Amino acid sequence: MSEPLKNKDLLGQVLLGKEAVLAGLPEHPAVKAILAWNPEALVDAKFQFAELTLTIAASHLRAAAESVQAAGYNFMEDMTAVDWFPSSPRFQLSYHILSHSLKERIRLVAMVDGSQPSIESITPVWPSANYYEREVFDLFGISFEGHPNLRRIMMPEEWTGHPLRKDYPVEGYR
Amino acid sequence: MTETTGTPILEAPVAEGAHDQHMVLNMGPQHPATHGVLRLVLEVDGEIVVRLYPEIGYLHTGIEKTCEAKFYQQVVPLTDRVNYLDPMSNNLCYALAVEKLLGLEIPDKGQWLRVLLAELSRLNSHLIWLGTHAMDIGALTVFLYTFREREEILRLFEALAGQRMMTSYIRIGGVSMDPPLDFLHRVQQFIRTLPEKIDEYSNLLTGNPIFRNRLMDVGHLSAADTIALGVTGPPLRASGVDVDLRRDMPYSSYEKFQFAVPISNGCDCWARYEVRLIEMRESIKIIQQALDGMPEGSYSAVAPKIILPDREKMKTQMEALIHHFKIVTEGFAVPAGEVYQGIEAGHGQTGYYVVSDGTAKPYRVHMRYPSFATLQALETMCKGRMLADVVAVIGSIDIVLGEIDR
Repeated sequence: MSEPLKNKDLLGQVLLGKEAVLAGLPEHPAVKAILAWNPEALVDAKFQFAELTLTIAASHLRAAAESVQAAGYNFMEDMTAVDWFPSSPRFQLSYHILSHSLKERIRLVAMVDGSQPSIESITPVWPSANYYEREVFDLFGISFEGHPNLRRIMMPEEWTGHPLRKDYPVEGYR
Repeated sequence: MTETTGTPILEAPVAEGAHDQHMVLNMGPQHPATHGVLRLVLEVDGEIVVRLYPEIGYLHTGIEKTCEAKFYQQVVPLTDRVNYLDPMSNNLCYALAVEKLLGLEIPDKGQWLRVLLAELSRLNSHLIWLGTHAMDIGALTVFLYTFREREEILRLFEALAGQRMMTSYIRIGGVSMDPPLDFLHRVQQFIRTLPEKIDEYSNLLTGNPIFRNRLMDVGHLSAADTIALGVTGPPLRASGVDVDLRRDMPYSSYEKFQFAVPISNGCDCWARYEVRLIEMRESIKIIQQALDGMPEGSYSAVAPKIILPDREKMKTQMEALIHHFKIVTEGFAVPAGEVYQGIEAGHGQTGYYVVSDGTAKPYRVHMRYPSFATLQALETMCKGRMLADVVAVIGSIDIVLGEIDR
C-alpha cells in the first residue's frame, strides 16, 4: 500500500477539470486505479477543499466502484443524490468512499437524466449501499438496477411523489 | 475485495404464511426495547430467529428538505434534533462542513471548547446507552446511576447554552458565546468524580453472571461484515477494525490531544460493552487535556458578515447593528461548491454533505448518520439465534431512531 496521502499539504489547492487533476495528482491511488481500469469512463474531475471528486459515466459506475475498492478504498461511507432541476442532466449521485488504510476519502459522482432516471446498483460491491439506494429511490425517484429490494424506506408505500426533488414543495402538496 | 461471510442483502419483508411451520412476529414500533419507533418483522421457528426485517421511517420529518429552505445559520438548531442524545457532535459536524466552504479559520479557544463539548456529548450518549442497554437486559439499577451523571452533563449544557438537550451552542465560525465563569471549574469537578462512577457501573455489570451470559457470544459480527455493511464507531472497533476519525482524519485540532483508541476482537455484544466503557475513560482524559490547555483569546473567527456580533456591540455600534440586521434578514452567501465533513460521534461516523449554489441557503444538505447503516447489520447479528438475543443486540449497537429516519 502506498503512503497515506497528505491532503493537508494540498489544502489550498484547487484543480478543476480532468486534465488539471490528471496533471496535478498523477500519483493519487484513486486516479491511478481509474486510469488503469478505463480512462474513457472518467468524464470530469475536481480537487477542491482537499476533496477529490471523480465524475464517472453513469453506465460505468459499478465497475468504477469495483476498481477503487481494489485500490484500497474499502468502505462506502455515504451515498446520496442532488437534484439540479431544471438543468440537464438533472440528478447528481454522490458516493463518498473512505479508505481505512490510506485514511482518505474520495467522491465518485455520476450524472443521470431526469426522465426515468436509473443507474446500476452498487450493492454487489458494497452491501451497505442497500439502505442508501432505497432512500434515494424513495426521496428522489431514481431507480437502481439490480437492487435486491427496491422499495420506499422513509415514506409510506402509497405515497405519491418524491419529496427531495426540487419541484416538490417544502410544505408538501395540499 | 471485501470478503463477506453470509452477509444478507435485505430482501422483501417477511410475508405471513410464507413458510407454514414458522411464525411471523411483529416487534415495535412501540416496544420499549427498540429505543424509539423501530419496527421489526421477525420470522421465528420456535424461539430461533429465521429472518428479521427492520421497518423504519416512523420518525421521518424531512429534515434534509427543511434545511434547503433555511439560511445556513438557521440549519444549526435543526441538527440538534437529529441525534438528540449527542447534540454537540451534530452542531460540530455541520459547522465544520460550512466552515470548509467559507474557508474560515477558528481560533484555538473555539477549537478547544469544541473538543471539550464533543467529548462531554459523547459521554452523555454513552451514559444513556449504558443505562438503557443494562435496563433491557434486566439490570434496572444501572439506569438510575447513569442518568444521575447524565443529569449533571445536562446541567452543564444548560449553564452553557441555556438549553439542556437542543444546545445549538457550536455555531458556524466558532461557538455562540463565552462559557460562564465557573463553567470550566464545574466540568473539572464533574470529570474528577466520573472515573469512580464508571467503576461503580463496572462493578455492577462486568462481574454480573446474568449480564455476562446475555452478552457474551451474542450478536456476532465479523470484521469483514462490519465493513461490508457500513458499520462504524464502537461496533466497528469491537470487531477488531482500528478506525477512529478523531485520530485518523483529525478535525477541530484533535491531533493535539493524546488518547487511546480501544479495540477488541470479541466481535460480540460483550466486546461492544467493553469498548464503550474504555471510550468513556478516554473521553475523560481528552476533557482533562482540554481543560488544562484551554487557550486564552477569542472563541470565534473574525468574520463580521457571518458571525452575529456581540450583544453589547450590537447595541452600541452602528456597524455591528448593520451586520446583525443583514445576517438575520438576508443570511450570508456561501461560495458555490460541495464538501463532505466526517466526524467521529458517539454512535459512529457522522457526516454532513453540503452543496452550495452560492446563495444564502444550502442547495442540499445530506446527513450521514451511523445508526442508519448499522441497522443493516442487525439481521446478520440475530439470524439463527434466540429471540431474546434481539433485544441485547439492539442495545449493543446503540441506535437512535431520530438519526435513522431524519
